[in-house]
Formats: sequence, structure tokens, C-alpha cells
Amino acid sequence: MRTESLYALSSWREMAYLLMPRLVLILGLLLLPLVLSMYWQRVLCSAGIYALLALGFDFLAQYVGLVSLGGAFFIGAGGYISGALNAYLGWPPVLTIPIATITGALMSTLVLLPCLRLRGIYFAIVSFMFPLLAVYIIVALNVFRGTEGISALATFPNIWVDQYLILGAVIVSLFSMRRLVNEDIGLILRGIRDNDQAVRASGIDITSYRTKAVFIASLMGCFGGAYLSHLYGWLGISLFSMDFSILPIAAAVLGGMGTLVGPVLGAFILTPMSEALRGFGQLRVVLYCLILIGFIVYKPEGLMNYLQRKYHQFEHWEEV
Amino acid sequence: MSEEIILRVRNVRKAFGGLQAIHGVSFDLAKGEILGVIGPNGSGKTTLVNIVTGFVKPDSGEVFFKDKKISGLQAHKIADLGVTRTFQIMRPYHSLSAFKNLIVPLNSPRVRRTRGGRLGDRDAVAIDILEEIGFERDAYVPYKMASSLPLGYLKRLELARCIALRPEVIICDEIFSGLSMAEIATMIPVVEKLQMEGITIMMIEHRLRELFRLANRVIVMNFGEKLAEGTPEEVMGDHKVKEAYLGTEAA
Repeated sequence: MRTESLYALSSWREMAYLLMPRLVLILGLLLLPLVLSMYWQRVLCSAGIYALLALGFDFLAQYVGLVSLGGAFFIGAGGYISGALNAYLGWPPVLTIPIATITGALMSTLVLLPCLRLRGIYFAIVSFMFPLLAVYIIVALNVFRGTEGISALATFPNIWVDQYLILGAVIVSLFSMRRLVNEDIGLILRGIRDNDQAVRASGIDITSYRTKAVFIASLMGCFGGAYLSHLYGWLGISLFSMDFSILPIAAAVLGGMGTLVGPVLGAFILTPMSEALRGFGQLRVVLYCLILIGFIVYKPEGLMNYLQRKYHQFEHWEEV
Repeated sequence: MSEEIILRVRNVRKAFGGLQAIHGVSFDLAKGEILGVIGPNGSGKTTLVNIVTGFVKPDSGEVFFKDKKISGLQAHKIADLGVTRTFQIMRPYHSLSAFKNLIVPLNSPRVRRTRGGRLGDRDAVAIDILEEIGFERDAYVPYKMASSLPLGYLKRLELARCIALRPEVIICDEIFSGLSMAEIATMIPVVEKLQMEGITIMMIEHRLRELFRLANRVIVMNFGEKLAEGTPEEVMGDHKVKEAYLGTEAA
């Protein structure tokens, strides 16, 4: 036996036991658009964006030890770059989204680079300021048409492209991240989270690894932003809205920190919930807070850790 | 033992605010020797380790590794050259299993370089190192989470993480403290074996009896200064050393 996750697969039943949760998740996400009404299909698209942000937040917080409140900066950077390329140069979304994803992530990483030496709450505070800073710069200099924003950007051909593009991105990101955290780079990052001094004593440059991690997380956020600007065909300062920094954290708490899949599920639960509560007007925020407080107090481990434990109790495994 | 000097510390000084932690300490480390460093609490032993390994910058003075100046380099650069250390307060990667803890140093640029690119089965290499240092393979100890390991294994894990880097110099900061006599008895051959493999070792220790069995030479620190230096017998006979440990009123 080498690892704790090595099992002898002797029957289809055992294979199914291991594969079922993954299949249910993937098929569930892919089939969702077929059963939803037009309105909820829109909600699904924005839930996907929050899912990407929550995934990035969970990765940085639980596997690298950087609590980032800069989700809105990733969305804004991605959204403004792809929107501007489309509005000023007339490039189609097929080009602008990949370019915005990469250049946006490079920009975000560059901006956060000086703060990578900071730990814990200090990194959180600094990363929280960048979206605010960006808004003030855009308004003060009146670039990209300031507070008005730019409308009539290219949109996707139909609502199916809208949905499957983001759902595909969520599924691919989720499984790549799950893989990454158990690869060599993931182990080193987890080492840095647990003890950065010990990693330095092993002759590894922790800043370069943190930089890579921030780049990976911002790739997901910037893709979300670029997608968002083309989803509504509009860009403006509300791309830097605090919702993009805060809701992913709530989703991660609800879904279960450190599981990666939990925050994604959390986003797909919280976003529709806040839509459903829209009818309550201002009271919606109160209900929303009550649900979150309830979770933090009574189930601090989050949904996913709870479900995983129950699932493992359901059928016990003999290790080889 | 050859007379080649591998590590040269020259007149280093360090103050933390008003506290002068190290006042001008100099010493040499000969290739292949075990050098013991002893001294009362607060005498600057750990600060000295931090300075040599680059975790703390000295206010003045220099440290040379094989005639290359390393004081002023970043800690990971010094480790990359082959000078590594254990930590007095153990720093395991508690969310990883014991053998995965070693994957971190096995992935360092130094190991990739010195052992010809990527190693074959790194998990196997990691488990072999752990077994060598006293993790019972049959009891699955290498697969346990580092957070659930008892103190004795954590101390070994600290040392194993150094060994995995294939260093030239290991600086052990109190690897025996808190261990039982039986546990230390199993650690001593490990250290002796490292010396036989040609690794130079500097040991900070409070357990004098065990240290004196191992060390070729001993330095005594007191109030940030080097009080005495010599073989264990010479140092123990020195009246200044007795004063430092027992006080001047000693009968």
C-alpha cells in the first residue's frame, strides 16, 4: 500500500461507489439547463461565475494560505479587458475571452505581487482594497466611459452557448483544481500553507509558488469577468461590485471550505437563493444573513464535508 | 576527518531592538565533523542558526560556505546550496501524511539538479528515507497524517526533511529535547550514520550527555558570546563554563 486512496477495485459496485458522486455532479450540472425556465437559466449563468470565484477563493485560502477578498478585481480586470477589446477593436468574444483571461490574470497577479509576503488578515485587507481602487481610478480619469460604462458589446449567439460555456468552465476548473492540489505543485503549496519557513529551509522559493497560485486563481476569476461582460453585452464599474468578493466566501462557508467541490455547490445554492428571496425586498438580506449564521454556528464544516462523511459511513471500505 | 573548512562564521552580530542577541561570534565548521553548540537558555544559539541559514540577517559579520559568502542571501538560496536545518519548534506540514511531507524537499530545485532531473518513484524514495530514520513501515507510520504523529516521530520527520534535500551541512536545533532516553538511543545511530555519509552536522543541544557522545568539538555560548571551544572533555573542565551553567556562587 502506498497511499490511503489506493483501493482494490473488484466489482462494478465498488467502481460505482467511487464514481457516482462525480457522475451525479457532472450530469446534474449539464442537465440543469434543460429543465429550467428562461429566467432561471440566466440565474444559472451568474451562479457559474460565482462558482468559479468560490473555487478560486477556496484554493487560495485552504491550499495556499492566502485569504483573498479580491474576487471583484478578477471579475473587473477580465470584464474590462475583454469588453474594451470588443468595443474599441471590434474583436469577437472567441478572441477577447481567452486574451482577457490571460492578460487579466497576469495583471491581477502583478498587482498582488507586492502583497504576497503578507499573511492572513493583512493579505485579505490589501486584496479587498484593489477593486475599490480600480473603481476610483476609472471614475476619476473617466476612462472606459467612466460611471456610464460601455454597452452594446457582442453577446453570445444563444442562451445555450451562454450556459454551457460557463458550466463547462466550472466543471473543467473544478476537476483540474482537484487534480492540481495533489500534484507536486499542490503539495508544495499546501506545505507553504502549513509552514512557509520549513519550505524555505528545503530550498524552495515560496514567493514564486505563491505567484503561480495567485495566477491560477485569477485565471478563473478573469474568465468569469470576461464571460460576464459578453453575457450582458455591457461593461461598467459594477463589475467591481463587492458581491463578487463576498458571495464566494459565503458560498465556500456554506459548501465546506477545503473541499473545492463544496464552494462550487455553495455558489449554485446561494445564487438562486438570493434570487428567490428577491420578493422579500430589503428583508432578503436579513434572511440571507440568518441562513449563513445558522450554517456557521450549527454546521461550520459546511455541506460537503458533512455529505462526504455520511457517504463514507454508508458503505465502509476495506483498505488493502 | 579532513581539515577542510566547509562553513566559516566571522564576527557576526545581531541585536533585536535593545537586546544584543549575538556579540561578534566566529567559528569554523570542518567538513565531516559534528560540532555541538551548548549554552543556557537565551544565550543566542537559535539566533546563530537563524543567521547561518539566512532566516535572520546579521547586523554585521559574514558567513562563508566553501569560500562563498552566504550571509545576505535569502534562506531558500542558502538551503539550495546545501546548508539546511531543523526547527526547534517542529514545523511539519500537518495536513499532509508523513511521507508526503518529504515530497516537498524532494521537489526542490536542489534535488532535481543533484540527482539528475526527476527522480523515479518519489513516494518510494520518501518512504525509504523515513524507514531509515526509524518510521516503522509495517505499522504504516509513514502514511499517517503528520498532525497525528507523536513528538518522537515529528522530531525524526524534521531530520528526514533535511536528509531528503541531500545537504552538505545539517544544523539540528534541539532534535533530542523532549524525547525519552529510549528514543534518543535510537536517534544517535541515525546521526552517526549521517556523519559517516560525509554530512557535516552542527547540533544545538541541551542534552549534554548524549551530545558529548556524538560531538567531535563543542562551542559554549553565553549571553551572545562564544565562551569556550574545544573537545567535550576540554569544555567540561573549563571553569568559565561551569560558572555559566551553575552560577558564580558555586562551591
